[in-house]
Amino acid sequence: MSEVIDRPLRDDEKPAASKLRIVDCDVHPSLHSVEDLNEFLPKRWQQHLKEYGSHLRTPYLFTTPYPRSSPLIARRDAWPPTGGPPGSDLAFMQKQHLDPLDVEFGILQVLDLFIFSQQNLELGAAIQRAINDWQLAFWSHRDPRLKASILVGQDGVDLAIAEIERCAKIGEYIQINVSPRANEPLGRRRYWPIYARAQELDLPLGIHVGGYGGHAPTGGGWPSYYVEEHQSNAHTIAAQLASLVIEGVPERFPKLKIVFIEGGFGWIPSAVWRMDQHFERFRSEVPHLKRKPSEYVRENFWFTTQPIDEPDEARHLRALIEWVGIDRLLFSSDYPHWDFDDPRFAFKTPLTEAERKKIFSANARAVYKF
Amino acid sequence: MARHIVATISEIPPGGNKVVEIAGRDIVVFHVNGEFFALLNRCPHEGAPLEKAACVARLTSPEPGVYERSRVGEMLRCPWHGWEFDMRNGQSWFDPKRVKIRSYPVAVERGEELQKGPYVAETFPVHVEDSYVIVEV
Repeated sequence: MSEVIDRPLRDDEKPAASKLRIVDCDVHPSLHSVEDLNEFLPKRWQQHLKEYGSHLRTPYLFTTPYPRSSPLIARRDAWPPTGGPPGSDLAFMQKQHLDPLDVEFGILQVLDLFIFSQQNLELGAAIQRAINDWQLAFWSHRDPRLKASILVGQDGVDLAIAEIERCAKIGEYIQINVSPRANEPLGRRRYWPIYARAQELDLPLGIHVGGYGGHAPTGGGWPSYYVEEHQSNAHTIAAQLASLVIEGVPERFPKLKIVFIEGGFGWIPSAVWRMDQHFERFRSEVPHLKRKPSEYVRENFWFTTQPIDEPDEARHLRALIEWVGIDRLLFSSDYPHWDFDDPRFAFKTPLTEAERKKIFSANARAVYKF
Repeated sequence: MARHIVATISEIPPGGNKVVEIAGRDIVVFHVNGEFFALLNRCPHEGAPLEKAACVARLTSPEPGVYERSRVGEMLRCPWHGWEFDMRNGQSWFDPKRVKIRSYPVAVERGEELQKGPYVAETFPVHVEDSYVIVEV
């Protein structure tokens, strides 16, 4: 449960005034080229990619349905001087991000090759396996600050479980990542074996919002503009939170830790209030739920901070953080993407040293057991 | 206010920029459409380096689907979050009263004129036959 903040805030509690070692829960490494994967990808699938390419749930090949603000959705200053896409050069990432921002741990979130959208489930599993090995070889083993996740596609549950077992034996991965937009809402029972295994292994389930699942990204259909689509990340993640809670995932797996990544957190209070209100009225429809939805949210879910909401008045952000819960928030930068948050300047609201320590480090250290 | 010689005009090509440090500040000097503009090299939002900003046009629209471009290259789009600023005076496009980048007066003067004045040449000797970009800080 979140703490009560019971002392008045001082105007001079400027976030930039203090310096903390931070845990950054959303750092995006990129393949320098697809050939980087060859040493981890069986010849059969290398050949398959050459001959048939990806078979995605998205409507267009090798692109996204809208131009997305800047090339590869990256910061314009994040292109490595050595060539290759943003996020593909470890030395440059260290120099531009990890060292100057004093990142103690950075959690890798890989988005290459539309990793969660592959319709050919065996190809998808082969890519996920290769990416999982590549994360260790190219990143974690070269910089121990960087932590890898086990990426699996939950629509092939048996393949996902096999990959989780393989990686769990290696013992270096700190969470299990599944698709934010699977074929069905994430609370569906067909996906539960993955959640069961995550709970047994005590590995948090990471869900990085974004991408395309074959369904229109909003309940209202396909947006016309990127700014409209980007807005829909909040709707998507709110829908997935409702699905997981109301279909009974945290009730069935009370020790499962679920981390929503890159969904922001401004939408959470109203989503939780509404769920509670409806639960009181329609309790008999979902008798498998023993507690109020908000209680599951406050015990089983964490939310990374980026993209942070920026109300005009700092006290509104402060109130929002308190509604969500200081202990629910994990700092994330989204480096090197265009909507990157700088930990020194992104939190434009007063926080005590203890609160800053929680959001920028201690909460993540507890969830991921660093 | 001191005047600082920061570059020869040929050193900053059209569409390009140069970052100079004056009195402890990072200042970026842009060259657009034959004019020079000097701004603090830091977005007021989260501190992104403006030397990496996109120099874009002002884009306006009387209605959806109709677009008009003007002042090509004179608008800065922050390299991180895309906040747009008028290079001429540092004003933000979306909230000109509250958000702006610090800007500095710029002049272009011939070397023969500079020989007379008490200017601060930061990095190179001044030749009378060249023209120089001067930033006032």
